Amino acid sequence: MTKTPAIRRWKRPPFITNPTLRWGLWVGAAIYLAVAFGTMEIDWSRVFEGATRGQRFIASFFPPDFSSRWDSIQDGILESMWMTITSTVIGIILSVPVGLGAARNLSWRPVYLFCRGVLAVSRTFPEIILAIFFVKLFGFGPFAGFLALSVGTIGFYGKLLAEDIESMDPVPAEAIKSVGAGWLQWLNYSVQPQVMPRMIGLGIYRLDINFRESAVVGIVGGGGIGATLLTSFDRYEFDSAAAILLIIIAIVMALEYTSGYIREWVQ
Amino acid sequence: MPVIRQSGTKIWQRRSTKAQLAVWFGWLLGVAIFVYCWQLISEKTIWFFVMDAPAQAADMAERMVPPKWSYMEQLWGPVWDTINIATLGTLIAIVIAVPVAFCAARNTTPSRTLVRPVALFIIVSSRSINSLIWALMLVTLIGPGVLAGVIAIGLRSIGFCAKLLYEAIEEIDQSQVEAIVATGAARSQQLSFGIVPQILPAFAGISVFRWDINIRESTVLGLVGAGGIGLQLDASISTLTWTQVSLILIVILATVIVSEWVSARVRHAII
Repeated sequence: MTKTPAIRRWKRPPFITNPTLRWGLWVGAAIYLAVAFGTMEIDWSRVFEGATRGQRFIASFFPPDFSSRWDSIQDGILESMWMTITSTVIGIILSVPVGLGAARNLSWRPVYLFCRGVLAVSRTFPEIILAIFFVKLFGFGPFAGFLALSVGTIGFYGKLLAEDIESMDPVPAEAIKSVGAGWLQWLNYSVQPQVMPRMIGLGIYRLDINFRESAVVGIVGGGGIGATLLTSFDRYEFDSAAAILLIIIAIVMALEYTSGYIREWVQ
Repeated sequence: MPVIRQSGTKIWQRRSTKAQLAVWFGWLLGVAIFVYCWQLISEKTIWFFVMDAPAQAADMAERMVPPKWSYMEQLWGPVWDTINIATLGTLIAIVIAVPVAFCAARNTTPSRTLVRPVALFIIVSSRSINSLIWALMLVTLIGPGVLAGVIAIGLRSIGFCAKLLYEAIEEIDQSQVEAIVATGAARSQQLSFGIVPQILPAFAGISVFRWDINIRESTVLGLVGAGGIGLQLDASISTLTWTQVSLILIVILATVIVSEWVSARVRHAII
């Protein structure tokens, strides 16, 4: 008698092919979660208290009150906008030389390392921590926030610019060089046209980010709408806070819509 | 190709005269806006303090060294909290972002007119409010502590994860889904055999990328009382113990670099 062959069933291939790694990751994740929840100090009674208070809290957001604090809201929003625009412009202007230096195919080794170091340091710390220190150094007000956002912009934009230059097509660059162009002409006619469309898009994206960040640097004294928002929270004027949040969301949505439109138009 | 004639010879130009004028006008407008904004900021700045800044910076730097290494014993807890905030927050975000992304993607949404706008609104509102503001609200709601931070990071990350994920879903290869449909698969089976395997690498990449960003963001949540190393930073700055501040900065730097390294390694392995 012959043995009937076992029915072969298809099984979908696992995402991680190495079984030890796969099961190791699952076990590790389980242990981590158990430990994380075990060590987290959560005051559940306070949470449940909050849940019942939450309804009142959310109710006090409605209707948003635009009028009673309108002067300070307007001030804060405008200040945020000025900070956003100036810091984006200055940040991008400063990040261009850094980005050029940090592109491996353009600069020589020591410059490359130095510029990469600058980028790494300015990217590591969140804008808000930078803002704390700039407030200490330069005093309260939008100037500190402006500086913090500019430094953040340098890190973000310089890194992406460098990466974009590194991945550009070397053929046009060589063609321009072969007609006897100087270094600046070479940059202007071969590198710049290649990276420009993407960099314009990223510049607008950074404008978007800077506006969002400018809404929080005020919490540590860096000027902008954040200070107004924090004050309205501290005074339990949630209806004014709701108004501010709605304005922020509206501006961000408008920015995002325009940036998408401009990026499409550029490309 | 724009060419101008100058005393009989043709000269090549990058742009036509009209385009050149438009470009110059654009620059003029941009510079004018910038100068106006700068002036308004400058009015609100006390320049005396700014002039004083180099001396202040030198003073601060002097007080910051050497870092108070013994303070590290008290920092392990907050660092652990910070990592937990980022990780658990990312988990929450992923769990919520997946259904939102499927509702927002044009090719999988149950209803384009009804469900998709709602999903897109969830994405935009979550993205446009900074995690610090979410934390500010949650601290008033459920009290200061790690939980507020976890939820704040979670809420903030939903939009990011869902946006990238729904773009990945929209970019899938439709022919594979058609093949699954042709075998008579139900809608849920189409999803799990046709779409999910295609977006799984993108999904893993997005999660790890967001986790990396969240580590950075969760270091500052303590400033508004939502747990993590930010609490220690705030306390040390308020009490002017600059040697502790410098140690905290070093710890943040190290944490961020390690998380970036991990995320880069994982994404490299996936892609």
